Amino acid sequence: MFRGLLGKTLGFVGYTIQYGCIAHCAFEYIGEFVVCSGPSMEPTIVSHDIVFSERMSRHLYKIQKGDIVIAKSPYDPAMNICKRVIGLEGDKVSTRSDIFTSHTYVPKGHVWLEGDNLRNSTDSRSYGPIPYGLIRGRVCLKLWPPHTFGTLGENPNKQNVKSFKDSD
Amino acid sequence: SCHSLRARQRLITRGGEWSPRNPQQKIIKRVIGLEGDFIRTMGYKNRYVKVPDGHFWIEGDHHGHSLDSNSFGPVSVGLLHGRASHIIWPPHRWQRISPALPPNRGPLEINEDQE
Repeated sequence: MFRGLLGKTLGFVGYTIQYGCIAHCAFEYIGEFVVCSGPSMEPTIVSHDIVFSERMSRHLYKIQKGDIVIAKSPYDPAMNICKRVIGLEGDKVSTRSDIFTSHTYVPKGHVWLEGDNLRNSTDSRSYGPIPYGLIRGRVCLKLWPPHTFGTLGENPNKQNVKSFKDSD
Repeated sequence: SCHSLRARQRLITRGGEWSPRNPQQKIIKRVIGLEGDFIRTMGYKNRYVKVPDGHFWIEGDHHGHSLDSNSFGPVSVGLLHGRASHIIWPPHRWQRISPALPPNRGPLEINEDQE
């Protein structure tokens, strides 16, 4: 009887390890569920929304201007931030201040992030461009609340970013 | 990870991490300073730097030939990929990599109470 119980326990442990590995690979390479908090992405994403953030674009370096991304906070590695990509490396972005507007070029290997709620968002306008390596994933789907289920909207703010890759 | 590094004895390690300039490349450097430390830089745009929150200051052991914080400044801890603990190949180089600060490279001691 004891041997039967031991066999069942080992079998259970084996299944747990297998499913744990599959889950880990899924979260690392496919995508993860994220509960958002804070007002910085209103009205596109509001507090307590649940979104799905896919990892493939990040691993394949296919993050584009206009994408909403989840990234590690540059000043606190334990915290995540959810912002929109306004500029990629080489782009010229405007850094609006209370008094004047100036422009800066996004350095190599970095991105410029801004929240959709410009009045209430701490983003690249405060802490500058962040390294691409801090990006975790691209938010592609809103899952909760159910009446807003679906893909996410475009940037509600008018953007005038001159892209390094534009040829004109 | 980083918080456990902040021991009394300044446990300094080599870190493998994603390069801040080239996200497809990993670099291996030595951690010289943690957040809040003051560093005397070598070839950086500012002579002295206070390492910001959530960042560290990394340097290659071979100065002058190293692309490190002296070029691109403090690096966000979020880019840390791992800690180089052992050399496993080639076999005659098997060793444990122990944390140690190079001579004259390390955070500056700032005396808070000066009479």
